[in-house]
Amino acid sequence: MTKHTATNDTTEPRQMTGAEMVIQAMADQGVKHLFGYPGGAVLPIYDALFAQKDVRHILVRHEQGAVHAAEGYARSTGKVGCVLVTSGPGATNAVTGLTDALCDSIPLVCITGQVPTHLIGNDAFQECDTVGITRPCTKHNYLVKRIEDLPRILHEAFHIAASGRPGPVVVDIPKDIQFATGMYSRPTEFPHTGYHPKLKADPAPIKAAVELMARAKKPIFYTGGGVINSGPQASKLLRELVQATGFPITSTLMGLGAYPAADPQWLGMLGMHGTLEANMAMHDCDVMVCVGARFDDRITGRLDAFSPNSKKIHIDIDPSSINKNVHVDIPIIGDCAHVLQDMLHLWKSEKKQADKKAIGDWWKQVDKWRARKSLSYRPSNEVIKPQYAIQRLFELTKDRDTYITTEVGQHQMWAAQFYHFNEPNRWMTSGGLGTMGYGLPASVGVQLAHPKSLVIDIAGEASVQMTMQELSTAVQYRLPIKIFILNNSYMGMVRQWQELLHGSRYSESYSEALPDFVKLAEAMHAVGIRCEKPGDLDHAIKEMIDIDRPVLFDCVVDKAENCFPMIPSGKAHNEMILGDSGVSLDDAITEEGKMLV
Amino acid sequence: MNANVPSSTSHYPTATNVQKPETHTLSVLVDNEPGVLARVIGLFSGRGYNIESLTVSETEHQKHQSLITVVTTGTPMVIEQIKNQLDRLVPVHRVVDMTISGKAIERELAMVKVRGKGDERVEALRLADAFRARVIDATTESFVFEITGKSDKIEQFVALMLPLGLVEVSRTGIAAIARGPDPM
Repeated sequence: MTKHTATNDTTEPRQMTGAEMVIQAMADQGVKHLFGYPGGAVLPIYDALFAQKDVRHILVRHEQGAVHAAEGYARSTGKVGCVLVTSGPGATNAVTGLTDALCDSIPLVCITGQVPTHLIGNDAFQECDTVGITRPCTKHNYLVKRIEDLPRILHEAFHIAASGRPGPVVVDIPKDIQFATGMYSRPTEFPHTGYHPKLKADPAPIKAAVELMARAKKPIFYTGGGVINSGPQASKLLRELVQATGFPITSTLMGLGAYPAADPQWLGMLGMHGTLEANMAMHDCDVMVCVGARFDDRITGRLDAFSPNSKKIHIDIDPSSINKNVHVDIPIIGDCAHVLQDMLHLWKSEKKQADKKAIGDWWKQVDKWRARKSLSYRPSNEVIKPQYAIQRLFELTKDRDTYITTEVGQHQMWAAQFYHFNEPNRWMTSGGLGTMGYGLPASVGVQLAHPKSLVIDIAGEASVQMTMQELSTAVQYRLPIKIFILNNSYMGMVRQWQELLHGSRYSESYSEALPDFVKLAEAMHAVGIRCEKPGDLDHAIKEMIDIDRPVLFDCVVDKAENCFPMIPSGKAHNEMILGDSGVSLDDAITEEGKMLV
Repeated sequence: MNANVPSSTSHYPTATNVQKPETHTLSVLVDNEPGVLARVIGLFSGRGYNIESLTVSETEHQKHQSLITVVTTGTPMVIEQIKNQLDRLVPVHRVVDMTISGKAIERELAMVKVRGKGDERVEALRLADAFRARVIDATTESFVFEITGKSDKIEQFVALMLPLGLVEVSRTGIAAIARGPDPM
């Protein structure tokens, strides 16, 4: 190996090994943290890591954890998350995380080791067809066969991961290429000829959209994760546009925080477990402005009854999202921030005004739905209601610099409903793929990126056991993450579906033989707290916040609580099942509607 | 609630499809790099699209570009999706819908092996002549014909050869190019 240290900052092309190029490219791309796990096929890269200080390696306990940690890191910072795993099982273990990142458009670069080129295809030890396996679960992937291609591919990988609609990129590097020596140069102008994501949209549809919005009588903004991905500027512009128009706004799970939940124009999340006001407004609107969302089935419910009387404007950077599920009238292809800026500019320069009378009537209608208080639940002094636990967690942490991650299931939906986000990049959750086990490793990544902040993984007792071992990672790196488990002894969402849709046959959804989470935490050198009574909850949460170490908080909650409102799959937005909160149906719902809720 | 929306008997989503399927020929210009065909085909199988015909060859050696011509069937919404999904692949430069542009010429080449003696053999040769198929191999008891043309012409020729001792057919799949002076 040549003796070029990674800290050498000359801009001239330099000779170095493939392994050194990997680390040097990361350093040149501004990577500070790398999540990984060593193995035979990446040992040269680990050797190169050993000799430098620019990139800090975080040793996870399972490769899936590495990818989720990088996702949390990326989502909370807007930077590319970086992963390094070995060949074979290292790569296959990373597949769940890569798919998760693809579904939620998270920028990642994942370096996988590969057996030496002369052994590829020979069923060598720890060999797998990594590019074949990861082709459908990455935005793009590469197998590097010549050392001459490596620097270009590494820089291309970062560019592709971060630009356009972000996503994960895999670079598979055989061991002999890691040992080979070649010339490395710093990232320059991106040479790829076929990949040019369009950021600025055409003016014509933007003009048409603004005209339509000015004429709207029952408009709504429906926003998604694309606003977050576009960067803080997009959230800022969205707020300006929403306030300039006076329209109500709702968002998908992925888009929470882009618009402040504390604002009166905010209707709460929409979709399967969205609020009544958000879903009814979507159903009854006449103009829908979709910004960076993709009409996912959790959002639309039954497609042929989805917002039947509206004209739809759809802003998306990915043309394949347009007209995929729902026909839209005005597609606008471009980056949210660019498009929102153009729309806002046009709205102001042409002195557009919303129809004040109509919008006022619309708000009266929305307020009737709001008055139904669809998120209400029956409080209890005996057992901790999961909704109450999230409400208290929110109240006791809202004035702090807090980041929330979640696992997947009921607790995730309650977190989305009851934890309110006023800033983007504060909410990390697995939306598209719905990966149980996402939250704990994601919180590791978030805490690394924000060492002084309070990072809480809102978890379920079933999900958390999927990637539990990453608590060791948190302990090793002194990351004071808080794992707040809503423990109802069930895979709650599975149990809820079985209760509502499968005749209460709770097949395999009981969390049998649960560990004692307090002892488990102690065994792993973390702190365990258990809370079983509503009266003790505030004190216990405060205790959790004050401990400057990883905490596993076992919050024992009502076993039978269901997550409402709920639109069963295949039903329309106005066919919601509401909770048994005791609030009677009022005029907010039409006579016909009452028959169905 | 809309009374005209039929209530579903199942809690699970049912496919709603009102559009009629259409057949489209797509020309896809790609970088000729390892795995590019797998990306294109994987996209079709992974997303449940049909491939009726597929032709691939490097067309510009200097630029390392290949042209993939794929014939597919789907509703207009699905065809639109296919084009957008293809366009999203990093090594794909352009996707042109030859069916929508309306001025495309489509051709296919087939080699047809026919075995027979006596009248049938003479009849096969006569029909081949009528279809402007060339004899590219012959033995005393067989011919291999080469025929080019639109797919339906080849279909028709193959159907006629069937009773005359058809043994084997090898077809290239469709290649397409736009009429007029402009490139795709």
